[in-house]
Amino acid sequence: MSSNSDKKRLKREQFVEENGLIFLDNVTKSYQTGAPALNGVTLRIDKGEFVFIVGDSGSGKSTLIKLLLRELTATSGNVYVMGYNVSKLRHRNIPMFRRNLGVVFQDFRLLKDRNVYENVAFAQRIIEKSAGEIRRNVPSILATVGLAGKYKAKPKQLSGGEQQRVALARALVNKPAILLADEPTGNLDPGNSWEIMKLLEQINENGTTVVVVTHNREIVNAMEKRVIAMKKGVIVSDEEKGYYVDED
Amino acid sequence: MKIRTFFYILKQGIVNLFRNKWYSLASIATIGACLFLLGLFYAVLANFQNIIMTAEEGVSVTVFFNEGTTDAQMEKLGQEIAKRPEVSDVIFHSDDEVWATFGPEYFGDDYAEGFPENPLEGEDNYEIYLSDVSLQGALVTWLESKTEVRKVNYSEMTASTLSGVNLLIFYTSGGIILILLAVSIFLISNTVSVGIQVRKEEINIMKYIGATDFFVRAPFVIEGMLIGLVGAAIPLVIIHSLYQYALDYIVERFTVLSGLLNFLPVNTIFAFLTPLSVAVGVGIGFIGSMSTVRRHLHV
Repeated sequence: MSSNSDKKRLKREQFVEENGLIFLDNVTKSYQTGAPALNGVTLRIDKGEFVFIVGDSGSGKSTLIKLLLRELTATSGNVYVMGYNVSKLRHRNIPMFRRNLGVVFQDFRLLKDRNVYENVAFAQRIIEKSAGEIRRNVPSILATVGLAGKYKAKPKQLSGGEQQRVALARALVNKPAILLADEPTGNLDPGNSWEIMKLLEQINENGTTVVVVTHNREIVNAMEKRVIAMKKGVIVSDEEKGYYVDED
Repeated sequence: MKIRTFFYILKQGIVNLFRNKWYSLASIATIGACLFLLGLFYAVLANFQNIIMTAEEGVSVTVFFNEGTTDAQMEKLGQEIAKRPEVSDVIFHSDDEVWATFGPEYFGDDYAEGFPENPLEGEDNYEIYLSDVSLQGALVTWLESKTEVRKVNYSEMTASTLSGVNLLIFYTSGGIILILLAVSIFLISNTVSVGIQVRKEEINIMKYIGATDFFVRAPFVIEGMLIGLVGAAIPLVIIHSLYQYALDYIVERFTVLSGLLNFLPVNTIFAFLTPLSVAVGVGIGFIGSMSTVRRHLHV
């Protein structure tokens, strides 16, 4: 192990071993006006965990996801994801870092003018996979999310649940270590919401760490996973097999 | 970058052109309109300049010699004149040649009758043509300082008028072309900017998935350059046809004009206009898309 990059990788692996796959160390995020969105948050998420982050609007859960994605940087404290100190990442290194993460949003964020196949293949093209690999991987992941027969459809021809499955397929096709889902069921009916949650659970069972931001009380309470509750920028509870309890 | 990525990006740039066809059409129309005006203006001005230059080429200075100047002295002076930078041509006319030209003009074919000797003896002269009429004054001063020179004939007004008009055309055309270029750049950048603003969401999605700035930007830049290329090609084709038609029309309908005025052939105009239009179109497409996408890359 002589090369510099190998040394760095080993150091990151060691850091993950000691501090978890995701580690927030006394993180505060303030905007120009108002109270801080996150206020001294310390949090550790280990490899292979399934974690719900719950809380009302303004509790800071979306800010947390943005910090993990390096869309925002912390005002103080450090955010570590897979051993990377995210706040210190250079702009040119952000794309490489993000390729370790799969992301799913409430509004799906699909490329509207491309079909299902192209939306998923796009993630593979970014990491310069060969045409042969793309032809193998995309149908396989579409089959996993139950959309093998709809690969030619454009997003507007799909239901909300189907669009979210495409987004999931796109997030997973590059086999990320972490899947971040920001209100993935926010725009879905209960039936589709459960389908998506089952898929997330299945993905987690295959070894991917899953972090889901939600305020869907019914789902959180039924799944019996780790629940981190936030309020006004601080963590108010963190329980294994927890529940989304009404604060009021 | 792998070769397949290069071809993928190239293909995406071309596909984008058709995917956003209304935006592409609007941009092509804007670039086309600006470059059409630019091209038309250039074609007219280049011809004006050519007409003035042709007129300048006809302006000459004539030098006559003092009595007793030997042929060797005249020849030596002729060589000195030819070496001057503002001189394009020097033609020697002997007094016999002058009489042979003017005699028939004034006295008919039997002009020699009644003139046993050349009445224009001693009127040997140099006819000097200038490459730049604005330097006529300097040449005349130099010629008048020569001891062999008896008289210098020239028209100060013609020279100063022509050089004045030439200068006026140069500054006016330069100014108008600069203004047109600035307007083109402004309009085209705006169109490109609006087109990319609409696709801000698409850029955001690409960045979230882990696309590098290059991967996001390259198809937009290729699209911008293609729009610029098509936007430049269309007015070039139109101006080419129009110009050829106008030349044919003038030659056919105004025969007198075509004898007097020397219009530039279509190939001469396009030897400069084609690279200019393509460079402006492609350049603006490149710079416009590059700078506008950059604004949306910090996600």
